Amino acid sequence: MAEKLMKYAEATKQYDVVFGLETHVELCTNTKLFCPAHIEFGGEPNTQLTPVSLGLPGSLPVLNETAVDHAIKLGLALHCQINEWSQFARKNYFYPDMPRDYQISQYDKPTNGEGYLDVELEDGTVFRVPIERAHIEDDAGKNTHVGGADGRIEGANHSLVDYNRAGVPLIEIVTKPIEGAGERAPEIAGAYMRAIRDIVRALGISEARMEQGNMRADVNVSLRKSPDDEYGTRSETKNVNSFRGIEKTIQYEIRRQAARLDAGKEVLQETRHWDEASQTTAGGRVKSDADDYRYFPDPDLVMLHITDEHIERIKAQMPEMPRERRNRLKGEWGFNDVEMRDVINADALDLIEQTVAAGATASGAKKWWLGEISREANKAGKSLEELTVTPADVAEVEQLIADGKLNDKLAKQTMVAVLAGEGTPAQVVEAHGFKVVSDDGALEAAVQAAMDADPDVVAKLKAGNMKPMGAIIGAVMRATKGQADAKAVTKIVMDKIKG
Amino acid sequence: MSEPIVKLTAAQMGDMVRNKEVSSRELVDAHLDVIEAAEPSVQAFLKVAAKEAREQADAYDALRDEEKAELPALAGVPIAIKDMIVTKGIETTAASRILEGWVPPYDATVIERLKAAHMPLLGKTNLDEFAQGSSTEHSAYHNTNNPWDLERVPGGSGGGSAAAVAAFEAPLALGTDTGGSIRQPGALTGTVGVKPTYGGVSRYGAIAMASSLDQIGPVSRTVLDSALLQEIIGGNDRRDSTSIPEPPRPMVAAAREGMKRDLKGLKVGLIKQLQGEGFQPGVQARFDEAVKLLEAMGAEVVEVSCPHLEYALGAYYIIMPSEVSSNLARYDGMRYGLRVMPPVDVPQTAANMMSYTREAGFGDEVKRRIILGTYALSAGYYDAWYGSAQKVRTLIIEDFNNAFKQADVLVSPTSPTTAFKFGEKTEDPMAMYLNDVATIPANLAGVPAMSIPAGLSDDGLPVGFQFIAPQQRDEVMYKPAAALEAALEEAWNGPIWQSLKTPWLDGMNK
Amino acid sequence: MPTFTREEIMHLGNLARIALTEGEIDRMRGELNVIADSINMVQEVATEDVQPTANPVPLEAYLRPDVAAKPLTQEQALSGAPVKEHGMFVAPQILGEE
Repeated sequence: MAEKLMKYAEATKQYDVVFGLETHVELCTNTKLFCPAHIEFGGEPNTQLTPVSLGLPGSLPVLNETAVDHAIKLGLALHCQINEWSQFARKNYFYPDMPRDYQISQYDKPTNGEGYLDVELEDGTVFRVPIERAHIEDDAGKNTHVGGADGRIEGANHSLVDYNRAGVPLIEIVTKPIEGAGERAPEIAGAYMRAIRDIVRALGISEARMEQGNMRADVNVSLRKSPDDEYGTRSETKNVNSFRGIEKTIQYEIRRQAARLDAGKEVLQETRHWDEASQTTAGGRVKSDADDYRYFPDPDLVMLHITDEHIERIKAQMPEMPRERRNRLKGEWGFNDVEMRDVINADALDLIEQTVAAGATASGAKKWWLGEISREANKAGKSLEELTVTPADVAEVEQLIADGKLNDKLAKQTMVAVLAGEGTPAQVVEAHGFKVVSDDGALEAAVQAAMDADPDVVAKLKAGNMKPMGAIIGAVMRATKGQADAKAVTKIVMDKIKG
Repeated sequence: MSEPIVKLTAAQMGDMVRNKEVSSRELVDAHLDVIEAAEPSVQAFLKVAAKEAREQADAYDALRDEEKAELPALAGVPIAIKDMIVTKGIETTAASRILEGWVPPYDATVIERLKAAHMPLLGKTNLDEFAQGSSTEHSAYHNTNNPWDLERVPGGSGGGSAAAVAAFEAPLALGTDTGGSIRQPGALTGTVGVKPTYGGVSRYGAIAMASSLDQIGPVSRTVLDSALLQEIIGGNDRRDSTSIPEPPRPMVAAAREGMKRDLKGLKVGLIKQLQGEGFQPGVQARFDEAVKLLEAMGAEVVEVSCPHLEYALGAYYIIMPSEVSSNLARYDGMRYGLRVMPPVDVPQTAANMMSYTREAGFGDEVKRRIILGTYALSAGYYDAWYGSAQKVRTLIIEDFNNAFKQADVLVSPTSPTTAFKFGEKTEDPMAMYLNDVATIPANLAGVPAMSIPAGLSDDGLPVGFQFIAPQQRDEVMYKPAAALEAALEEAWNGPIWQSLKTPWLDGMNK
Repeated sequence: MPTFTREEIMHLGNLARIALTEGEIDRMRGELNVIADSINMVQEVATEDVQPTANPVPLEAYLRPDVAAKPLTQEQALSGAPVKEHGMFVAPQILGEE
């Protein structure tokens, strides 16, 4: 049953949009938040557990130092008030993947209090997103649903629980209600999420790979008639795990809620889910008494004291922040504003930097990532990082061009093959027998044949008009199945004309 | 007639083992014999670990002399463990059906320390389910009978540990004390029971009842034995965030000092609110006599007032069940212990499985406390209940701080009554809760406290005398406790247990 | 002054995941009301100016170095499992968002 939607432009004209994001970022630490079980992605189920992360009777939590340092780093990057004293609380609710049937989180005394993040939009506008808090908490295990269709919870008759993820440290970054975004709300949300991703990666505190679930967001949206009104009832769309999903969730919720309000219906305070397949959000559970989490300070943990010295120590370790870095790279690479924005919008900054580090020129790297590779990514509906091609591959192709071993055409064919998963550029070149013909004897004959076939062109060239050179090169290329080196062809032609 | 070896103190047993007058194996066997003889009438144990205890004793006996010389004074002396403490490879149930059959894959820190000290573990002792109760009648498995009168309760929750030590089934035991669960059974069975400073002994591996109140402590027949044991199990543990980062206090030295019976310069504070009305006359009489003995040894006795103690029971019955409701959430039928599926007419979901498992696996008292605690923490009531109780806690801590400005150590009767009969209070939770009125304040304030025998009431049953010391100054109570013990034994011409009839020891020699 | 109604105790039973029987609810109602009366006193002295105490012995958190220790084996982890399958714990049907 599809919900009625209002046209987006109409909805944002009629209603004032207020939205908020609760972003969960999985921290990369060696061990869990409250016990020394090593964390590894993948691995046999239920092998990354101590009595603490399995919730065995008698076990007790002890806070991980690195997780606290990571939290302080993020707090500094988000200009948060870093509280001298913070406290962990128990959030009580029963769920099969929670080993203690309560989550240890922070409630009224989070480590990071109010802050903000300036995000840059596509047109260069800077929008300030107000941060409410960024608190530390632990993750739950993972359920695999069995007996239903394709591992979904609906229709499953039982579930298998792997507690390896239980106890992995998370930071939840909660924005204040974001006002004044208007029709740009989805764009701002996307830019904010990307900025968070860039920051946590720059800080080295998380891999922040949305597709692996180590960064996900709950998206709150509400509408009201005018900015002077009280906030409207909000919906909370849980665990959205792609940038586009977040943007589309906001767009969809604006349209859905506007249609309801327009029809005189109320918006329910409920949790919803983003469904990638239908590109809609689906209604979930209406908030109720079951949400009585009975928070209270965890008596197994004591107050976390963060001293000024501790903060200073972390400050000294802070790397360059993404916006500063972007400005620096822009200068180093000699890109103009438009070029740089294209790079950022394509999410290619890290990849280009890594490609340059692997030996390519900045313009060469940009050409590939924003050209052939982006086209392929769009076609496949994937992010650049999800593709098989690596910065090292791109740098290798560029090197093969520079060495004269590939021409542009062969290079493109090589890249297509790499993207198709055929292997590294060297393997592709080897397998396809790609080779630039620069051997003078073989080329000489092909050039002579091309010149003989087109005396008009030869006459023009002799008269100093170089424009038709392409016709000769094209003919030679056809004759050599693309393997000729265009530079070598030009040289032979010139020699012959002069000769 | 020579006394059987099991009637010696733990310190004496340790000396004999060290001097090779007896082997650890012989000590263990002697106690296993008593257990076999006494258990039909006392029922202190849920599980006797005879094989493991003998192996540990043999391992100690096989050590080289140089290795033995490195070990503490109680090395080779066996000990019983309250079944609230996790033991690797030995079934641990907290006396609950919900954990029946659970064999832990790890040892509590205190168990590691006992093993490092080569003290063989005799087995696991009975308790009220999840340590919730004051009579051990709430054990899901069976009652434990008071060795002084088998018709009566041994107190609780640690009735098993106290009864085992009183009946000479073990020279020592470990208990856990959340509101008096070590001290009150100590009082009711004529044994010594100590609740250390909160954070003085690691809680890692103690099954949590109320985390901010729970503390593991010694159960013994003498003050010195408890001091020796507390120095072994105490001290910082990095696996417990609430563990105090300090080594154990010099408690053995304090106890030995006390045995000289010179208390000149010591100020003893009588807590005004914890005597008189509500205390059985025989209990009050023994208490008053003991105070006179303290005075006779040179102590100065003053009366102190802790006006907020009248709110202690109320605060305790908010904080404790709140923490219980959360700590006992994990028993949900998923990872260990009991699982009960719902009846066929109820949807077979995970949520229903949990509800039916917990309904079947928990006893009445535990369920009552979980419901009460769930209420106290729920939205809209938190401030009025849990929040208020935490404030009362602050007031009680301040009361104690003020009292300790006037006195070095505080005293009171441990329990308002002597041992009561089975079933006498099970139908009236409030009457049962009042047993702990004198012991609860120390848990709320985190201060150390201990109970030692003060003699027999007019009903012929033991009376407990409680000492309370300032936080992290546990040695301060050991000195007067040892002094009083020595003075009382002189007055009685021997230890209190000479009055205990032990038919199960008949026919056992040396 | 709180009084426990049947509905309230049933609701608390749901929150605490205990399938209380009718008889238990009735009995508990009486008992809890008696207990509640006695503990209501705490509110008398819990005034604004009193700070709450969460831990009786004030300590600052010890921060554990981020160094791994030997984990439980899969066999140990699953040793108490009421039902297990493929190295995992088995949960009965989980409904949407319980």
